[in-house]
Amino acid sequence: MTGARTNGWAWLGWLYLRISAVLLLGLVVGHLYIMHVLTGTDRIDFAFVAQRFSTPFWRVYDLLILLLALSHGLVGVRGIVYDYTRSAGWRLVWNVILWSVGLVFTVLGALVLFTFQPGAFTGQ
Amino acid sequence: MYRGGPGMLAWALHRITGVAVLVFLLLHILETSMLLYGPEAYNRALALYKQPWFKPLEFLLVAAVVYHAGNGILVMILDLFPRTTRSYRRMFWVGAALYAVVMLPVAVLMLRPIFP
Repeated sequence: MTGARTNGWAWLGWLYLRISAVLLLGLVVGHLYIMHVLTGTDRIDFAFVAQRFSTPFWRVYDLLILLLALSHGLVGVRGIVYDYTRSAGWRLVWNVILWSVGLVFTVLGALVLFTFQPGAFTGQ
Repeated sequence: MYRGGPGMLAWALHRITGVAVLVFLLLHILETSMLLYGPEAYNRALALYKQPWFKPLEFLLVAAVVYHAGNGILVMILDLFPRTTRSYRRMFWVGAALYAVVMLPVAVLMLRPIFP
């Protein structure tokens, strides 16, 4: 996407991909190392997550990853779409799709992070 | 920047891994939302990942993220210091070597459970 600086929005997307990428580097490497290498997904279950979310730290950590990774991915796909579509109509269709996916999944993810209360199920 | 050769391959892989990781992220958000329906629903959703055939896919996911991150760092170096474009081929192979060094122990640690 280099050389796309002629268009204001494209340049903003280009810049956003890089800023979010730098922030995601540490967050995602930490997440993958802890969950997939150190812990191992076989040992992850409801009790593990309940323990993990008992302090706000990991909820904030996961909220940051959610917002940054989802927006980074959708802005990236928007860049790909703009490479293969030329008509304003198709670009509008794709923009509506990408914004809708972003909105729905941000709300769903944030809902879990803000409202999850393990005690409601374990009777504690 | 992209003049065929390794650059073209790196660029294509960057897009493929990016889209693949985004698709998994959406699945991951859906499966995590099962937390709101209690332990049984959530553990049932996680059972998908605990099947033996999923382990290689999980490793591919980590491999895709690490590739995307590594190539992203390379792209940002090229953006910030355009002169480094002249050494692109060498940087690509140094990056490929670093990738192998990082992913080999990760492969051993992650794939160990399927070889008892």
